[in-house]
Amino acid sequence: MTRVRVAGGGLTHFGVHPERTSRALFGEAGEAALEDAGVDREDVESVFFGNFMGELAEHQGHMGPLAAEALGIDAPSTRYESACASSGVAVRQAVQNVRNGEADVVLVGGAERMNNLPTAETTDALAIAADDLYEVRAGMTFPGAYALMEDAYFEEHGGTREDLAHIAVKNHQNALGNEYAQFQKEIDVETAMEAPPVAEPIHLYDACPITDGAAAMVLVSDSYAEEHDLDAPVAITGTGQGSDRLALQDREELTRTPAAEDAGAEAFADAGIDPDDVDLAEVHDCFTIAEALAIEALGFFEPGEGIAAARRGETTATGDLPVNLSGGLKAKGHPVGATGASQVVEMAKLLAGTHHNSDAVADATVGVTHNAGGTVASTAVHVLEVVE
Amino acid sequence: MSDEPARDAGYDDFLDAIAAGEPYYLECPEGHGSLPPRQVCPDCGATELSESGLPEVGTIVAHNVVHVPTPRFLDDTPYATAIVDFGPVNVTGQVRGIDPQDVENGQEVTITIGETETDGDRLVVFEPV
Repeated sequence: MTRVRVAGGGLTHFGVHPERTSRALFGEAGEAALEDAGVDREDVESVFFGNFMGELAEHQGHMGPLAAEALGIDAPSTRYESACASSGVAVRQAVQNVRNGEADVVLVGGAERMNNLPTAETTDALAIAADDLYEVRAGMTFPGAYALMEDAYFEEHGGTREDLAHIAVKNHQNALGNEYAQFQKEIDVETAMEAPPVAEPIHLYDACPITDGAAAMVLVSDSYAEEHDLDAPVAITGTGQGSDRLALQDREELTRTPAAEDAGAEAFADAGIDPDDVDLAEVHDCFTIAEALAIEALGFFEPGEGIAAARRGETTATGDLPVNLSGGLKAKGHPVGATGASQVVEMAKLLAGTHHNSDAVADATVGVTHNAGGTVASTAVHVLEVVE
Repeated sequence: MSDEPARDAGYDDFLDAIAAGEPYYLECPEGHGSLPPRQVCPDCGATELSESGLPEVGTIVAHNVVHVPTPRFLDDTPYATAIVDFGPVNVTGQVRGIDPQDVENGQEVTITIGETETDGDRLVVFEPV
């Protein structure tokens, strides 16, 4: 099987850019990725594009061709939609496309425009990743859905809002110096605890912001990298995907995320590694409780132990398993359709030694990305390794 | 042709049944419960689904208090939503008849149909026993 290398990656600044369309954002990120890779656009054989709410936010569907056009690429291009896991799933499709020999060079990424709508409208657009009949019509919002999971977690395992505040503090700390991050601002536990409620028990600093942005990368086969003498030391060596029942009410438990457990197990087996082999992770912390659930689902912590890992210092930049060195969704921002791809771009740079936080993990060789859609009804997990 | 929005077969029937005081769920031959509309049991794939009466009283398993709503609930905030365990199925709805801050897991509730304050849409409502 062909090995898939990350030849280059590109990001826009993640933040508030209400005047910029997805096509413009993706054009910038894709161009940066091509330049970083040193790959000719004529060599790109397929484009894989993630986007979630284009119809509602921009009155724009059918964004696959638009994504290729934005980069001047004449190749088949498809949009993937799996809520906040849209571009994580796109990465998986891109990896499989190279692996099965259909292409030597593909471009994959995603974009989302979210700040051009009023907050209530954006809240509504995000809510439709939940079950319309049984959740949205009852007044469920996305913070509200994760608040139910957090409430159930507290009930089953204990843990406190203060434990979760340490996750927010850690991720803000990690984003300091990340030029692409929406927030490059330190916060403390007290500030997080005193923030106004969004959907209790979730308060403002437990939630990721509303973000505009795009991410893209160029993936190539081993043979293409060799022929073109590319500097591409990091490969995607494992991919996995899982699904769960859409509505929370239909899950067997609210405190575990089996779609992530399945995706993680598949990706680890694909790469031939165990959770113990992982040096660092970028996980889907759309809410602080989501980071706890993610690191438990991936097998790094036992159920109930993930919530205080940041507080204990185990997942901080100097801990045994740094999590979200990019700042995560919490501080880097969460342009939903771009998030999964952005995690892989950040991880590739962390492992290659070209990230602003690479010094924190100078000897790292194995990284994992975890990208969740909805209340983790979709999950894509990828393993990245330094292969030289 | 009418400009009235289409009914959601199964779902609107389910709300009608709650409003009539005769709520039900769908049961497959293996005893798995689910909510309509369904052609197939999501647990085992059985296609012979029949209506069974929903227990009158359920128990709150998780709840929240929403302060930042979608446009459809702007005048309703703050409100509590909850997932309620009725045995064969769980149902999500809003908890009323109690201060949202006083809602607790483990509370017993009954199910009924209410309207949103914002635009009068029907929704599932729970009331403490």
